[in-house]
Amino acid sequence: MSGVGIRGAENAAPPLVAEGLVRAYAGVRVLAGVDLTVETGETLALLGPNGAGKTTLLRVFALLLRPSAGRLTLFGVDARSAPPALRRRLGYLAHESFCYPDLSGEENLAFHARLFRVPAARERVAALLAWAGLETAGRRPIRFYSRGMSQRLALARALLHEPDLLLLDEPFSGLDPAAVETLQERLVALREAGRAIVLTTHDLDRAAPIATRTAILHRGRIASVLDGRGADDVAAAYRAVVAGGR
Amino acid sequence: MRGALVIFRKDLSIEWRTREGVSSVLVLGLLLLVVLTVAHDAPPEAAPALAPSFLWATFLFTGLLGVQRGFLLERENDCLAGLLVSPIDPAAIYVGKLAANVALLAVMQLFVVPLVGLFLHLDLMPVLPALLVVLALGNFGFAALATLFAAISVRVRAREVMLPLLLLPLLVPLLIGTVSATRSVLAGGLALATDAVTVLVAFDVIFAVAGWLLFAYVVRD
Amino acid sequence: MRRLLPVVTCAAMLAALYLVFMVVPTEQQMGIVQRIFYFHVSSAWMAFIGFFLVAGASAVYLWNGSRAADRLAEAAAEVGVLFCSLVLVTGPIWARPIWGVWWTWDPRLTMTVILWAIYVSYLMLRAFGGADEAVNRYAAVLGIIGVLDIPIIMVSVRLLRGMHPAVITRNEGGSGLVDPWMRLALLVSAVALILLGSWLMQLRARMGRLGEELAALRRQEEARHGEVA
Repeated sequence: MSGVGIRGAENAAPPLVAEGLVRAYAGVRVLAGVDLTVETGETLALLGPNGAGKTTLLRVFALLLRPSAGRLTLFGVDARSAPPALRRRLGYLAHESFCYPDLSGEENLAFHARLFRVPAARERVAALLAWAGLETAGRRPIRFYSRGMSQRLALARALLHEPDLLLLDEPFSGLDPAAVETLQERLVALREAGRAIVLTTHDLDRAAPIATRTAILHRGRIASVLDGRGADDVAAAYRAVVAGGR
Repeated sequence: MRGALVIFRKDLSIEWRTREGVSSVLVLGLLLLVVLTVAHDAPPEAAPALAPSFLWATFLFTGLLGVQRGFLLERENDCLAGLLVSPIDPAAIYVGKLAANVALLAVMQLFVVPLVGLFLHLDLMPVLPALLVVLALGNFGFAALATLFAAISVRVRAREVMLPLLLLPLLVPLLIGTVSATRSVLAGGLALATDAVTVLVAFDVIFAVAGWLLFAYVVRD
Repeated sequence: MRRLLPVVTCAAMLAALYLVFMVVPTEQQMGIVQRIFYFHVSSAWMAFIGFFLVAGASAVYLWNGSRAADRLAEAAAEVGVLFCSLVLVTGPIWARPIWGVWWTWDPRLTMTVILWAIYVSYLMLRAFGGADEAVNRYAAVLGIIGVLDIPIIMVSVRLLRGMHPAVITRNEGGSGLVDPWMRLALLVSAVALILLGSWLMQLRARMGRLGEELAALRRQEEARHGEVA
């Protein structure tokens, strides 16, 4: 993966600072005051039971949802004023692939490359198709892709414009063990190239090897943050949080 | 507005791949026209007078079904979110979709208009240029409002009934204007239709601008 | 303010009724049925005020997400539709004895029907669009678009060929009123109905707020039960 080097040198602001983020939906507070900071070169794993608000939080980070209260600052810029250039520094992987079923993998990537004004788009698309192991499949409509192939394509789409902050919602889901390992290697490579990564997951074992920090989200709040420990420590902390209630 | 062009081209590619939208809109247009003609069952001398109303009633109802597609295809795989995380302005999405709808409706018009001439024993060739102007104005005005409301209707319950429910009252002035203009054009040319054309131009401008300004409020959460 | 409005409204209504039925002279050409005109025109004015309020409140809501603005928009729409319906009912009642028909597609009536339909569709969007808060935003967009359509509707309905062109000249505005008592009656009726409309909107907006508070309390209760369980 052609690295671009650390871009953060000129800009010392952390990629993400969340202060008291609240998001209510139909009167229910899905996020009830989230405080979190993500630094350059970090890989933060976000854990939490179903309904804890992980996906909502990531969507707020990706500027898809506006928080009802609180402040989000990305690379030193307040998210509320989010100029287009800011979005270019974010890469978001959701549960859905954001790709059109009737278009091929290559066409989908080319489209997103145009949306993000990626320079030398054709070469970049080809490089990412290779990265995702989809050189031949790239010509077929994605309607015919397997779950794993879709996931890899969606990941390629998120990385297309070389974002400085990666937001990945359950990146390992749908991947077989070999693909999981490959992805882990690649995420580590991205981290070493200076990217910041926030990923959510159900599976401690998959996230633990690559996470520099782990945050546990419970009932809409960050219940605890652990520095890069092993999976067992994290699991214990997780159980404590969930059992303890708050 | 470069983003609008990207989206427009993407919609055209998808349509070209499946040809679903165009074919359903053409067939529906034909069917609707047949239904209207048969239901009215007018004697041959009276038929030409019906042309303006049949043309625009067919356009309206077929158009209502045709414009939903543009946003339904953004629902699969949450593609709309893919557009919203990108740097492009939401207004560009509106313009791109508007252009795609205008193109689709134009194809439908080019098919339906000769059929109207055929079914109602009317020779449209002498007034064709003027008629094209009215067709374009009606198309654009309809698409300006329909694109905005199609984005709304795909995101609410009772989707199928909501779009006609919301759009039809708002479109009545457009319908009045296009029918009146078409009637004048068939009678003697564009000069007779100045009042109606003014209404249409005003409609087109006001709602294109309104759609452009309000679209972001519909798609951004 | 809240206590004052009902009192003033009742006083104005009584004054209007008194003027219209006791004081004002009978119109020469149309007879007694013409008295309905005062309430017919006043209802139309109140309906317009309601619809413009919907647009204004909707714009405020889109701008800053104010719940109060959203509730006002909803209340104004309901009251607007109410008064618009009154126009559509009093119109035919007035028309039948005079023109001999219940309905005609003259510009004014056509415009009223279209406007009524637009804001009824607004109410249907709110009623059937689902529980998502985004529906409030969509309704706000519709509320604004509806008002933008008004001038275009006004101009376009004159293109309709209609059925009774003679009708137009007779009831073009209340400007045919020469008698000062008639002008006073119209003014007082208008004030009375506008006050009534305002009172109804105030009540409806308050109802909306109480409904939201109740729903919030209910959700808190459910959450609490969920914790215990």
